[in-house]
Amino acid sequence: MEIIQSAAPLYAVLVSLLAVVLIGVSGRNPNLRESWTIIAALIKFSIVVSMLPKILDGTIIEYTAFSVMPGLDIAFRVDPLAMFFALTASLLWIVTAFYCIGYMRAGKEKNQTRFYMCFAVALSAAMGIAFSANLFTLFVFYEVLSLCTYPLVVHKQTPEAIKGARTYLFYLLGSSIAFQLAAIILTYHYAGTLEFVAGGILAGTASNGVITLIFILFIAGIAKAGIMPLHIWLPAAMVAPTPVSALLHAVAVVKAGVFTVVKVVLFVFGVDLLKEIGLGMALAYVASFTIIVASIMAMRQDNLKARLAYSTVSQLSYIVVAVALLSASGITASLIHIMIHAYGKITLFFVAGAIYIAAHKTKVSELDGIGRQMPFTMIAFTIGAFSMIGVPPFAGFISKWYMALGAIEANMYPIIGVIILSSILNACYFMPIVYAAFFKPVPLGESAKMHEAPAHMVVPLCFTAFGVLVLFFASPFLLNLARMVVTSVTGGS
Amino acid sequence: MIAHFPILVIVVLLVAAAIVPLVGRINRTASWLTACAGCLASFLMAVSILSTVLDSGRISYWLGNWAPPFGIEYAYDPLNAFVLVLVSFVAFMVAVYARDSLEKELDPHRITPFYAVYMLFVAGLMGMVATADLFNLYVFLEITSIAGYVLIAVGRKRESLMASFTYLVMGTIAATFVLLGIGYLYMVTGTLNMADLARLLPDLYHSKVVLTAFAFFTVGLTIKIALFPLHNWLPNAYAFAPSVTSTIMAATATKVGAYALIRVMFTVFQPEFEITVVHVTQVLLFLATIAILAGSILAVAQTDIKKMLAYSSIGQIGYIVLGVALMNHLGMIGSIMHILNHALMKGGLFLVVGAIVYRHGFTHIQDFVGLGRKMPFTMAAFTIGALSMIGVPLTVGFVSKWYLALASLDAGMWYFVPVLLISSLITAVYFWRVIDNIYFKKTEKEEPATGIQEAPIGMLVPTFVLALLCIVFGIFASFPISVAEQAATLLLMR
Repeated sequence: MEIIQSAAPLYAVLVSLLAVVLIGVSGRNPNLRESWTIIAALIKFSIVVSMLPKILDGTIIEYTAFSVMPGLDIAFRVDPLAMFFALTASLLWIVTAFYCIGYMRAGKEKNQTRFYMCFAVALSAAMGIAFSANLFTLFVFYEVLSLCTYPLVVHKQTPEAIKGARTYLFYLLGSSIAFQLAAIILTYHYAGTLEFVAGGILAGTASNGVITLIFILFIAGIAKAGIMPLHIWLPAAMVAPTPVSALLHAVAVVKAGVFTVVKVVLFVFGVDLLKEIGLGMALAYVASFTIIVASIMAMRQDNLKARLAYSTVSQLSYIVVAVALLSASGITASLIHIMIHAYGKITLFFVAGAIYIAAHKTKVSELDGIGRQMPFTMIAFTIGAFSMIGVPPFAGFISKWYMALGAIEANMYPIIGVIILSSILNACYFMPIVYAAFFKPVPLGESAKMHEAPAHMVVPLCFTAFGVLVLFFASPFLLNLARMVVTSVTGGS
Repeated sequence: MIAHFPILVIVVLLVAAAIVPLVGRINRTASWLTACAGCLASFLMAVSILSTVLDSGRISYWLGNWAPPFGIEYAYDPLNAFVLVLVSFVAFMVAVYARDSLEKELDPHRITPFYAVYMLFVAGLMGMVATADLFNLYVFLEITSIAGYVLIAVGRKRESLMASFTYLVMGTIAATFVLLGIGYLYMVTGTLNMADLARLLPDLYHSKVVLTAFAFFTVGLTIKIALFPLHNWLPNAYAFAPSVTSTIMAATATKVGAYALIRVMFTVFQPEFEITVVHVTQVLLFLATIAILAGSILAVAQTDIKKMLAYSSIGQIGYIVLGVALMNHLGMIGSIMHILNHALMKGGLFLVVGAIVYRHGFTHIQDFVGLGRKMPFTMAAFTIGALSMIGVPLTVGFVSKWYLALASLDAGMWYFVPVLLISSLITAVYFWRVIDNIYFKKTEKEEPATGIQEAPIGMLVPTFVLALLCIVFGIFASFPISVAEQAATLLLMR
């Protein structure tokens, strides 16, 4: 394995911070302001893609930005695992940038400059999390992500928005300070380092009891992963404008959470240590509970965004369960689901926003016949929903397939039951929407004429829906990347 | 000339204090300039002293060339050179800031005397830091205390007088206790020089007189630093004093008190004394924990920003004492770093409050709605200070909490880690309430768009310098940590 030094990951983080300044000074000229967002998104994506060939060759890119104090560095490392998150977030930012323009302008939202600035900071933080080389760097960007998304959630500044945003910040910041920081302090105390090392840094440094405590603190401290009962912030965050829910609360923020879980499981504790103590199994069952219960709660939501939020909670736990299986196929499933779920869920959120803008509807019960008014939008919704359920040829099938394989490899057969049950529940809360949209008559007093949202919104959502199909057929690429991670963390066994 | 910096660093302030009223006859600007020049000169000399200490070790300066222990000695090691730089720097920043703020908050005829007393106050603090002679420490303690009563009482509010009087009573008790402590030590050893005392005391550790002296020192100094439950002079003193006074007192006075406590505990007495003879660390750890939690909780209950910051200071003093009382290397580094951090953060925050008072005249948190739009730069400084108080990484607040947490684990007292984290959370709660008001709450009635009403540049620059230093030392913490490390080694390794 070759290691090269390059500042490319630092640039990938900084490009959107630079954009923040440019967006800030061109607040009076909306077209110029939005073009900065798009330019930054394109540059960021090309930097990430430019690193891809080297990573596929098995090279690791490292860069130490500076040392804060002895033992704590801000340092970056790009490996195949980082690529899953970085590629997803940076490509979807471009798409969301266009969608935002349509949504924010059609909705005549206020404070748009602040909105775009915070959005750009959030993407910097997401890149920082993806490329972090140690726990400290990851924690820094994790906190930045919590703080900079607060203004996005509170955007409308109504009392409900403030209430929702406070819940959001209370859970994310509170759990990260109370539990995650405690876990990091303990890790540093026992391991003497915070570096991410394939195979873990904690093995043999402390008693099993202490390691179990650190593990529990980590899992409780990463509330962004939405494991129950620390999932409440996610439905609360739905007061945000829909592009925020789409990119941040289906992709950047929540994926940062599960990415952190994956990173901690594989690079702080290590597969062997967790297997030995049996913590992987414990985590798998806790997260399985979340999968089932969140799906049931999703069925009871009439608000479309709330239903999607609970669906996200459930899907995030797939990723956690899969990695907690600690088997080769399980880890693979976990990694590819980070990307696959992102495309599916962002499509669904885009649809929810498009319906709100075009038809001013937010409830599931109001969607009768909407497939006739908004055919493209609802076809995209159907594709996203099928991917969530896991029907071939949609990408969600692949992750569920590997997850089931992983459960067999790990001899944890009950997990297969969880997968099947949750797929049925997924169908129960998505299929009625599809049925109502296409087969129920349009309510009285509404015309069945086609009335789509602005093209700025419909094109991005068709793009991401198409992405769900592409990912199914591009799965060899994903599996190849995932195999590289699995080889490094399990030592090739 | 450079050889005499160790004394000039204080003399220049005293001389400035004498000149200020004279040039004040010309106009108020002249007295302001004199005060600034004095503080700047003192700061530059302090920097020179620190760099000499770091290069070539301890400096010992004999006043009038009388050799210690008979003459008074000024001695500088990394610890007090560091505090000296910090105090003089903050004093300079506040002096620059004072001009506009005082014009608004004081009666015109009181402004020139204010500068003179301010210089005395700072000179007293610097003297406490510099001296290696216990009686001299007491003299400077009294200078700074008496100047402090004046600085508080000069406020326009009626409550200022009462606040000053309470502080006077408590401060006098504290000073008397310290004097009694000094007297007892002199009684049994016949010396006042700290190094000499350190040499003579170990044989007398079990003497009742020495134990009593130590008790007087500890209680006296914990009143000065407002360690819970001896804190109740502080909130009113900060809240009703002019903004300049609140800032300089919050940023430097309690820090110098903490420095004096460290000196007495670790230089005059030795760590073994606290560990094997009096077990005072258990008491201090307990009080520090209560201070940290109670200060934070009481801060949540405040509706006035100055009181909120004052109670938050009481909690922060708890952090400093916690690190000291853990009696290990990491804890001492944490404490010394927190002396620096808290001076920068709290100083910056009080300057922000001063700017709000200057423009709008209110200190009630509920009036802050919409300030983010009216005073964007000042509020940015507030946000930085608030994040640093919470202890978000890449701000100075994180550095000291990190060291304190590691020190607790090192000492095998893991239960202080949750205390630190919980207090961070409570800090987040009370600062976030303010930030919500500043940026996100909507004004109830639609006010006419007034545009930006920023504080004058003379107030904005010092505020921003302190706020930015919170970030600079949060990102590049290695330099202050290396100084703190040297200081901790000197204090603990004997």
